[in-house]
Amino acid sequence: MSLPFLRVEGLMKRYPGHSGKLVQPVFEGLSFDIERGRFVCIIGHSGCGKTTILNVLAGLEVPTAGHVFMAGRELGGPSLDRGVVFQSHALMPWLTVRGNVSFAVRSRHPDWSRPRVDAHVEHYVAMVGLSSALDLKPAQLSGGMRQRVGIARAFAIEPKMLLLDEPFGALDALTRGTIQDELRAIVRATAQTVFMITHDVDEAILLADEVLLMSNGPCARIAEIVDITLPADRKRESMHHDPQYYRIRNHLVDFLVRRSKELSTPGAAQFVPAGWRPPRVQPGLDPNPSNPPALNPSFALDPAGSHSNSNPESV
Amino acid sequence: MATMASRSLSRTDRWTAAVLSVCLFALFIAVWQLATSPSISTAGASPGLSPGSDTGIAVANDKSSGSPSAEDAEYAKLMGKPVVGADSGALSAGEAKASSGFPRPGEVGRAFLLHLSDPFYDRGPNDKGIGIQIAHSLGRVALGFGLALALAVPLGFAIGMSPLMLRTLDPFIQILKPISPLAWMPIALYTLKDSTISGVFVIFVCSIWPMLINTAFGVASVRRDWLAVAATLEVRPLRRALEVILPAAAPTIVTGMRISMGIAWLVIVAAEMLVGGTGIGYFVWNEWNNLALPNVIFAVTMIGFVGMILDHLFGRLQRWVTWVE
Repeated sequence: MSLPFLRVEGLMKRYPGHSGKLVQPVFEGLSFDIERGRFVCIIGHSGCGKTTILNVLAGLEVPTAGHVFMAGRELGGPSLDRGVVFQSHALMPWLTVRGNVSFAVRSRHPDWSRPRVDAHVEHYVAMVGLSSALDLKPAQLSGGMRQRVGIARAFAIEPKMLLLDEPFGALDALTRGTIQDELRAIVRATAQTVFMITHDVDEAILLADEVLLMSNGPCARIAEIVDITLPADRKRESMHHDPQYYRIRNHLVDFLVRRSKELSTPGAAQFVPAGWRPPRVQPGLDPNPSNPPALNPSFALDPAGSHSNSNPESV
Repeated sequence: MATMASRSLSRTDRWTAAVLSVCLFALFIAVWQLATSPSISTAGASPGLSPGSDTGIAVANDKSSGSPSAEDAEYAKLMGKPVVGADSGALSAGEAKASSGFPRPGEVGRAFLLHLSDPFYDRGPNDKGIGIQIAHSLGRVALGFGLALALAVPLGFAIGMSPLMLRTLDPFIQILKPISPLAWMPIALYTLKDSTISGVFVIFVCSIWPMLINTAFGVASVRRDWLAVAATLEVRPLRRALEVILPAAAPTIVTGMRISMGIAWLVIVAAEMLVGGTGIGYFVWNEWNNLALPNVIFAVTMIGFVGMILDHLFGRLQRWVTWVE
């Protein structure tokens, strides 16, 4: 059996407490794999260390314990192999859109001529639909456009893996939907491996191939991996007609509302054996869940929600 | 429509402000003229005294030169005090003179015309045009400021990037910063043994602190996001310093430069008064020793104008490097 594209082994992060007091780790005992070309979302409540995990994968933070291997080699610091899209877009405000993207391209290809860099930049800016804004500064762009530039910058270095830290968190629902569709189209076209943090269950279902569910911190861990078994060509507008959608959605919401808390009982993690891997579940393929999760009314955005929950086949 | 209205309104406001400024200046000149006019302060001034103060001075000089305490009388007159012990004729003339001891707007205006009509003449060490004097001062400021810039920016980078450096150098900065630059003058004169170099050194010492502190602060507060971007793109340290940290900190650094330049222009006048030789500060001191108050007022105004232009230039630079988020 060949090694997976990305392997995380026994990851643990503990931040130093006041006056050297030993505090509980943010998360511990994280072990999971990501196969090449998969889109993986990670969901969990605030404070469970999602951003820390992403920073460790990006090489920006060093874990207290554990290892990350990519393509069979252990990570050692940040690298052009992993492109990062930051939550706060992190564009440099003194550079234009072109300047921001070409800063990344020139880092990747310092030997390239100027016209070649320009052509490359223009290709990736066109990919996110911002050709008309090439020579504008970030301050002249809307929030959605800025985030698009951040995505173009990450894609332009053609990384082996893309890390997205809640890229759409600060956007309004309409813009978010549009950019999600764009991101999905680009990722599918380029077969990019993606690791993305999100708080949005629907976003995860739309975009991801699999969702990592994290229990609450401290001592957070990945409780299980949910395979999103919806067809790969799913669309935002038709996705909720699929009976699988509500099963998956209910499973995720139930986890966030109820189980993430129960799983985080103090000291629970110390009974987890070393090298333990989270179970993989496929709630979408289970027409009669043994433990039917109750749909929290506050999460029922669609009136069809409760209906399909009671009788999924009728949809 | 609303924007048009507000724009035209603001233009009107600008015109109003300009007109008011001119009015204020005219008012100031009028008050000055009235305050220095002899007919106001001495109601019974002899009508035979000619209005031109030059003649007034000449008359006063003629009268008082004969008196036993000629220098005392002259000094008292110039200080605006009535002359004691002079004969009655001289007294009345002295009183008239005392009221006009401060130069009137007309005299100062003549001094402006005289100096500005030929700003670059050079007739020996003590008689140079105002342009040459200002050029000397600006040269010293540029040299001292340039040296300070060359040291402050790299050092500020080091301090801003390394908390260890900050902690190490902080006590020295804290102690050296509040020292008046002129207090360095004796040490500089003794060590450097040259008044011009000492002047440059004093400018260097006074302009380094705002630039150093602002550079360190600007570099230390570069957003971590941008550094993270640079890290994930494997940007090398030199390129990171030049293409990320420098533009990010540029507005703060230029603000420091602007403050430094303001201080340097304040200090150069005082320094040149001390060391003498050339420069606008020496010119002021020299004209004071000549008791040529119109020239002093002219020079003081020139100092203000040059300072304004310098500040304006750095304001432009500041706008150019400032980015908006």
